[in-house]
Amino acid sequence: MKTFTTQHEDFKNLQRRLLYLRLGLLLGLLLLSMRLWYLQVVKGPYYRELSEQNRIRTVDLKPTRGLIFDRHGSLLANNVPSFNLYLTVEDIRDRDGLAAALEDLLGLPRAETHKRLVLQARSYLPILVKSGLTLREAALIESHRLDLPGLRIQAESQRNYPHGGLGGHLLGYVGEVSPEQQHEPALTDLPQGSIVGKAGIEKTYDRVIQGLAGEKTVEVDARGNEQATVAVTEQTPGDDLYLSLDLRLQETAETLLGGEAGAVVALDATNGDVLALVSHPTFDPNSLSRGLTASAWEQIATDPRHPLTNRAVQGQYPPGSTFKIMVAAAALESDKWSSNTKVHCAGAFPFGKHVFKDWKKGGHGVMGMEQALINSCDVYFYNIGQRLGIDAIAETARAFGLGQPTGIDLPSERVGIVPSTEWKQRVRKEPWYAGETISVAIGQGYVTVTPLQMAVATAAVANGGILYKPRLVRAIRERATGRLQDVPPQDRGTLPLQDRTLVLLQESLHGVVTRGTGGRARSTMVEIAGKTGTAQTVSARAIPVGATPEAIPKSFRDHAWFVAYAPADDPKIAVAVIVENSGHGGTFAAPIAKALIENYLKDTDARPQSPGQF
Amino acid sequence: MLDRRAPDNFEWRFVLVATSLLAIGVLSIYSIAPGPTPEGRTPLYAKQLLWILIGTVAFLAALAVDYHTLARHAYVLYAVTLLVLALVLIMGKSSRGAQRWFSLGPIAVQPSEVAKLMLVIVLAKYFANVQRAGWVQRVILPGLLTLPGILLILKQPDLGTAMSFTFIFVSMVLVSGLHAKALGLGILFTSMLFPFAWELAWSSLHDYQRERIMTFWDPMTDPAGKGYHALQSRIAIGAGGLLGKGLDEATQSRLKFLPEGHTDFVFAVFAEQWGFLGVLLLFGLFAALIYLASEIAVKARDPLGLLLAAGILSTLGFCLMVNVGMTMGVFPIVGIPLPLMSYGGTATITSMAALGLLLNVKRRRVTRFY
Repeated sequence: MKTFTTQHEDFKNLQRRLLYLRLGLLLGLLLLSMRLWYLQVVKGPYYRELSEQNRIRTVDLKPTRGLIFDRHGSLLANNVPSFNLYLTVEDIRDRDGLAAALEDLLGLPRAETHKRLVLQARSYLPILVKSGLTLREAALIESHRLDLPGLRIQAESQRNYPHGGLGGHLLGYVGEVSPEQQHEPALTDLPQGSIVGKAGIEKTYDRVIQGLAGEKTVEVDARGNEQATVAVTEQTPGDDLYLSLDLRLQETAETLLGGEAGAVVALDATNGDVLALVSHPTFDPNSLSRGLTASAWEQIATDPRHPLTNRAVQGQYPPGSTFKIMVAAAALESDKWSSNTKVHCAGAFPFGKHVFKDWKKGGHGVMGMEQALINSCDVYFYNIGQRLGIDAIAETARAFGLGQPTGIDLPSERVGIVPSTEWKQRVRKEPWYAGETISVAIGQGYVTVTPLQMAVATAAVANGGILYKPRLVRAIRERATGRLQDVPPQDRGTLPLQDRTLVLLQESLHGVVTRGTGGRARSTMVEIAGKTGTAQTVSARAIPVGATPEAIPKSFRDHAWFVAYAPADDPKIAVAVIVENSGHGGTFAAPIAKALIENYLKDTDARPQSPGQF
Repeated sequence: MLDRRAPDNFEWRFVLVATSLLAIGVLSIYSIAPGPTPEGRTPLYAKQLLWILIGTVAFLAALAVDYHTLARHAYVLYAVTLLVLALVLIMGKSSRGAQRWFSLGPIAVQPSEVAKLMLVIVLAKYFANVQRAGWVQRVILPGLLTLPGILLILKQPDLGTAMSFTFIFVSMVLVSGLHAKALGLGILFTSMLFPFAWELAWSSLHDYQRERIMTFWDPMTDPAGKGYHALQSRIAIGAGGLLGKGLDEATQSRLKFLPEGHTDFVFAVFAEQWGFLGVLLLFGLFAALIYLASEIAVKARDPLGLLLAAGILSTLGFCLMVNVGMTMGVFPIVGIPLPLMSYGGTATITSMAALGLLLNVKRRRVTRFY
């Protein structure tokens, strides 16, 4: 077989082969042209779209949240500038290096950074890594910027509560919209990373104070650095809220409650304005709004004292003797009882095999309705309960707004329980036992209420029977127009009571303070009317007989209640106070109510309000 | 010993085409880096102009010296080349995991670029003189000549240049006269060996080279990482469309989404800016270059001239095909620059010298003595 030619025998052959090489190369160019046609002409639009996606980035312009003021124009929530660190996953070249750098520079745990990188759904949208960087931290990151592509510091506004924990439950706090929240219908259109209210007014009025996000379309280079602005839609700031809250009264109430767990609600008796709404223990909305580490959050969430619970609207307590107001009303409105119906109290009420005791050993002797309320005689009300039956009591209690939401603009309001035969059958699948009515008649047993419900009911007794929806926001200032829109007070109807019933209740409550169990609420400044309550938390049998109050474990002690209004003849303020696990209402809750009322009335006298003053 | 009739044989068309390609290269480099480098050094296009200036000197020198004289010293030149390739492994500058450069003050010289031309010269000389027609003379011996170069370059490692070496060798063997039957036998033999050779070759590759080849098949597996070059290059080319996006609107290049836009991916820059029609024009220029070069080869007065021209042509053609192919995603990304257009001192100067050598072959063709 002849394998090779010799070049001398055919130089021509050599030249022929060369032409094949030429042909091959030109054919190669032709094939490449076909590929080029495919890429540029057939798939051209597709690749152009990809190149646009590379180049164009949309930056959300976050709106500034509306401000929140109290009724006298004191600032409750505003916005302060803050350096926030953002990360665009798409621009990261070295994830491990980045996580390590963040740990070195800012002390962010590596594991947390990695977790955030994994959770991130859309890689081209920046995610917030840390907010509220110090100037030093911001400078550190800035100086490492070239080594850490994808990181960006943005000066943004941070929600700020100048008074810290004061009114924390009422105001709530804010945070980045969570992935779960984004599925809520009201929040679906919000851009990722938007700041939304997570609790309190910040949550219920989120749509009002949120504002509208803007959008900036920018051209970026391969490192994610902004090159030029393509288009801008400006953001619209949120509207401002003017609350009915009186900051000074709120502060007084928090001070009065001290370190105790409990709640204080103060309402304007004439229109339902929420003047103070305190829940203890409280929290600092600033730290919650700035983003907590997982462990700090865990600590708050598992605190046995439940600082995040707003006891004023979510705490469901047995009303104790404050419930006698409703039971008395039920009795006076029925044809089975009258104000003159006399009962002899010997300190005990036998019922079946059980003996229900009065709080006062030896009893109160013979008395009528007014005296029974003033002395908070249990036996008198046991008798009423036995005579009326549970359903009559339940009907009146509901008329006072118990067992239903007050309608306050705060999230997750609880309603408590107004037990009835129907309720027990429905919930417990059992019939009602007559003995259970006896407990309910003095506000024990199944019945539970929230402090806010009691304040609203007390205000209704004070103002002649109008049940108001508690008003938190008095006015909204639209940022766009600058116009101030008033939010009118709303009532939920009138108590179905005869005038003489109301008058008797009012006179009796006044008597409670002047000559009854609420003596510690007696003021030299103003005539106060009120009702004490002592809600048992455990069965009396759990406490050793003859134990001194100090010897009883704190968590076994009774909740102290006091509901009140003043001035007695021209009510301006209605108050409900509960101090958890302290003891008698007359001892622990009444002085708080008194101090609060005095403070408020002194305050309003000194600072007359005009509707236009904000 | 300049020929009197030389000016008549000077190929002006050839020079015009080559100059156009060089100019387009400079324009493309200028378009993506018009200012000083980030380190504040001279702009890249200005440096490229300097390389072209030096390249012109190399071009004229390669034109001036009779290629027969050059061929006489081919073995010495090639030996020196191999020595330099060995030295670069010892004394060379390391950059991005490869040791390919010599630092000469501010500039870096890449000996493997020069080595390609030297291989062409030595193989042309060998095949021009070989008398016997047998496997040993026609394949084994020239293979032994080529192999040390390939190994030294693979060691750097520089897969692209090693592939160029192999291609130069294969094309020289073919052009010098391997019969079709023998070629078929060779192909059959190679394909039988392929599984073993593949195993050997694959295991000898560096991780990054393997990744490059893997991501070549599917760049979307890791768009931000290993497949980034391949994908961004395709996007740049595709986004150019029929008419191109123009210098200002070519965002892939201008905003640096396309990496290495001035060197290996200069074609993608051009394609994004000028579109399909522009690239057709560019291909036209390259086709003209190929046509004119093969014309010179065919009309060479002797086998040495022909083989020299054929070697230069196949080097040029191979680099063109592979570079354009890899930017369009039909070849894996191996570091092969686009002849005459990619930024790079050694490559530009060597290419221009090779063109000078080509014209040298042409201008000597009339003085035929035997």
